[in-house]
Amino acid sequence: MTLHQMPAEDAKPAYNYAYLDEQTKRMIRRALLKAVAVPGYQVPFGSREMPLARGWGTGGIQITAAIIGPADTLKVIDQGADDTTNAVSIRKFFERTANARTSEATEEATIIQTRHRIPEAPLKPGQVMVYQVPMPEPLRRLEPREAETRKMHAWAEYGLMQVKLYEDIARYGEITKTYDYPVLVNDRYVMAPSPIPKFDNPKMHMSPSLQLFGAGREKRIYALPPYTSVKSLDFEDHPFRIQSWSQPCGLCGAADSYLDEVVIDDRGGRMFVCSDSHYCETRRAQGHRGTMLGDAAASGLVQPSSPHPEEAAGAAVSKDDPVVSGASTSILRDAPDGAPQDEGSREQRM
Amino acid sequence: MYVAVKGGEAAILATYDLVAEARRGDPAVPEISVAQIREQQALACARVMNEGSLYDKDLAALALKQSQGDVIEAAFLMRAYRTTLPRFGSSQPLDTATMAIRRRVSATYKDLPGGQVLGPTYDYTHRLFDFELMEEEGQSAIDSRQSELAAADDCRLPTADCLDATMPRVPDILGAEGLMETEEPPEGDPRPFDLTRDPVSFPADRDVRLQSMARGDEGFLLGLGYSVQRGFGGTHPFVGEVRVGEVAVEFVPEELGFAVDLGDVTLTECQMVNQFQGSKEVPPQFTRGYGLVFGHSERKAMSMSLVDRALKSRDFGEAADYPAQQDEFVLYHSDNVEAAGFVEHLKLPHYVDFQGELELIRRIRREREERLAQERDAMPEAAE
Amino acid sequence: MTAQDMISPGFSDPVFQSQAAFRALLAALSEPGTGQRVAAEIAPPEGLASATATALLTLADYETPVWLPAALRDGAAGAWLRFHCGATLVDDPAEAAFAVIDGAADAPKLSAFNPGTDQFPDRSTTVIVQVAGLEGGAAFTLSGPGVPGNRRIAPQGLRPGFTAELRENGALYPLGVDVVLTHGDGLIGLPRSTRIGEAR
Repeated sequence: MTLHQMPAEDAKPAYNYAYLDEQTKRMIRRALLKAVAVPGYQVPFGSREMPLARGWGTGGIQITAAIIGPADTLKVIDQGADDTTNAVSIRKFFERTANARTSEATEEATIIQTRHRIPEAPLKPGQVMVYQVPMPEPLRRLEPREAETRKMHAWAEYGLMQVKLYEDIARYGEITKTYDYPVLVNDRYVMAPSPIPKFDNPKMHMSPSLQLFGAGREKRIYALPPYTSVKSLDFEDHPFRIQSWSQPCGLCGAADSYLDEVVIDDRGGRMFVCSDSHYCETRRAQGHRGTMLGDAAASGLVQPSSPHPEEAAGAAVSKDDPVVSGASTSILRDAPDGAPQDEGSREQRM
Repeated sequence: MYVAVKGGEAAILATYDLVAEARRGDPAVPEISVAQIREQQALACARVMNEGSLYDKDLAALALKQSQGDVIEAAFLMRAYRTTLPRFGSSQPLDTATMAIRRRVSATYKDLPGGQVLGPTYDYTHRLFDFELMEEEGQSAIDSRQSELAAADDCRLPTADCLDATMPRVPDILGAEGLMETEEPPEGDPRPFDLTRDPVSFPADRDVRLQSMARGDEGFLLGLGYSVQRGFGGTHPFVGEVRVGEVAVEFVPEELGFAVDLGDVTLTECQMVNQFQGSKEVPPQFTRGYGLVFGHSERKAMSMSLVDRALKSRDFGEAADYPAQQDEFVLYHSDNVEAAGFVEHLKLPHYVDFQGELELIRRIRREREERLAQERDAMPEAAE
Repeated sequence: MTAQDMISPGFSDPVFQSQAAFRALLAALSEPGTGQRVAAEIAPPEGLASATATALLTLADYETPVWLPAALRDGAAGAWLRFHCGATLVDDPAEAAFAVIDGAADAPKLSAFNPGTDQFPDRSTTVIVQVAGLEGGAAFTLSGPGVPGNRRIAPQGLRPGFTAELRENGALYPLGVDVVLTHGDGLIGLPRSTRIGEAR
């Protein structure tokens, strides 16, 4: 029985600033303070039902909602890019509920909410990273029972993890974990860094920025204060190493960034491009050129100047849409002008 | 390519329009009203109220309309709304013994005080299509059915003058004989835990388990309850009683200091009677599995009571070898809104992680090829 | 004079003042030893520094038992906390989620508060220690998470042996209480993860 009233036609329900009520924010804030006091330890919290689906960033959203204020500039990325649909959706959520100032520029942001990547540009003191975490428990795949993994953390009994990693080496000659690669924090807790590629793990170590992790469905918050030791687990004879590519970014020529593989035809054609879309755009604006930038521009995959992608984006795009009209360079705009559109990819975009 | 389109926001907005289109279907067919759903799809509304953890028939009907009848999506809508509601306090405990009965059946006694009340049940309908429902029922047909029910002298309608004034709950009858496990509130009768406000830790107490199951997925609990019956859990249940009806909700406002009637809720309660061998300290007795849910939701209440009993195995010193007996397994996986969110998040882009996997598998294969080639070169005869 | 007259106002804009104060607290505990300020202009009750009162308004509510020294508990501060936060005031320091102590007083010791449990080290007390000044006292060094290299602080008016208590608390890691030093509108965080070095 709820004391609700059906809102009148024009009535706008008044939501709290950043959606969460103040009592909930206090509860999350208390959890955050304990999380920074015990780096890498997962603090249980009373995760709320959010209007976005569990597993779609509700942990990160609750943290951002509990910390954001009028002085902040928010950047939201998914897979390194600002313009993936779920990042757009979350950014929109904070624009709407917190009137948040947002930016795609890593260096302008005071809060960066992310799923699966750490930006390539070095983070700065005062910046806060907020990670969306699907599975906060690094031991879960080895021991599904919470009651057991809690004891393992309590007593720092991480032998099972070492055994698992060593089994990998015995079988494949190396540790086969490529993302969500476990780390040891402040020489005490084994922590899941969230599904970032292991390429990003070294960026966590002694980072000048505060890093907060939120798992909404699993109801856990954990944190890395700035300048905290974060070691990727490894063995003396099998030291930790990150991914590398045999070629630089096809668009900006960067040789130091994490690359996404883009399939460009059905005959095995491949292009490797930066996953951090802002990093790639910044480099191109500075004049860096990748070997495939010309091809990509010619085929419409990249639009170097402020373009008009209405046609390419199909009926879904309206002309006055600020995001569209403000578009800078973007790869993978799905079809060049006049080229036939693939129905499948069009469906996906919807 | 859906990932990097700068028009992502416009594309998202377009999905809203497309959903609205799909929801409405053929505009030549009249639109369904929320009131029609509330009145004519009441069992679906009950499920949405249970899994959405909110007793509000209008909102449940609206949720079903908005979600095109997708029950889990509808429950999600209810929960996202529920979480924003201010809380004024807790009601007084409901007394199901005073329920205005619509239906009440017991499998343990042939007859009992108050008798068996079949009420509206599909149990004895033969599952044959009633093709007359393809056509709208005229007002005259409705009138004649109602007058026939009212005129019947065999008490077809469970009105007050047809039913006994008291309908004791079956476990209370057994309890009077000392055969039923007694259930006392915990010391000091604290306010029950609320898992929507506080994180659960394990082992979970019974209040947490019952709350979790009351809002858990009906299908999941049905499957678990069934597994108990089939031997994946060692209980031997009898339906002590299933009762459906209306119960008054009372609230004591701080400033008044006395109970105010807030209205009635429809509830289904199931008490399952199970055997227990007893122990050195306790003589053999029956034990209880309990299910209480919103609306007329017998299947859910029965499933819940089976799993409730299974989850009590630890309290009785029984082995807890099967899924239905393990609180962490049941509680973490019965929440269909959470489960749906995590299963469906797999359609979000994962290409950064996948790229890591691609890099790895290609390298491992390349290194394997190189190793095999070296071995072939080292042993040319063997290769031939 | 009624109780209401005794109670000074809390936040004039709870949403944004508590958000700003929280960021100061978050910065203090994630970068131990750095001086942070709470900007909220509130009139704290007698016995509470502005930073102490702001921290409690920001973090305490009916879910968090608070421990205060008897003089504060029975005076304006206690009434103010009950009114604004709805917090329960407890007698046993070990039951407190938050506590306020006078840095110069002999008791209670940090070890009297709840250090959490090995499975739930987060269930520990946060102890706000009111001091005579955040600078100008005997110096000691800090290291550990949140500190690049070493950081030196010199709070004034701490009882003798307080740094030894901090060291004992740190030895319990990952258990232990978390300490916030306050004076005026300034605060310094000393979480249990911080290692306390020799005075220099």
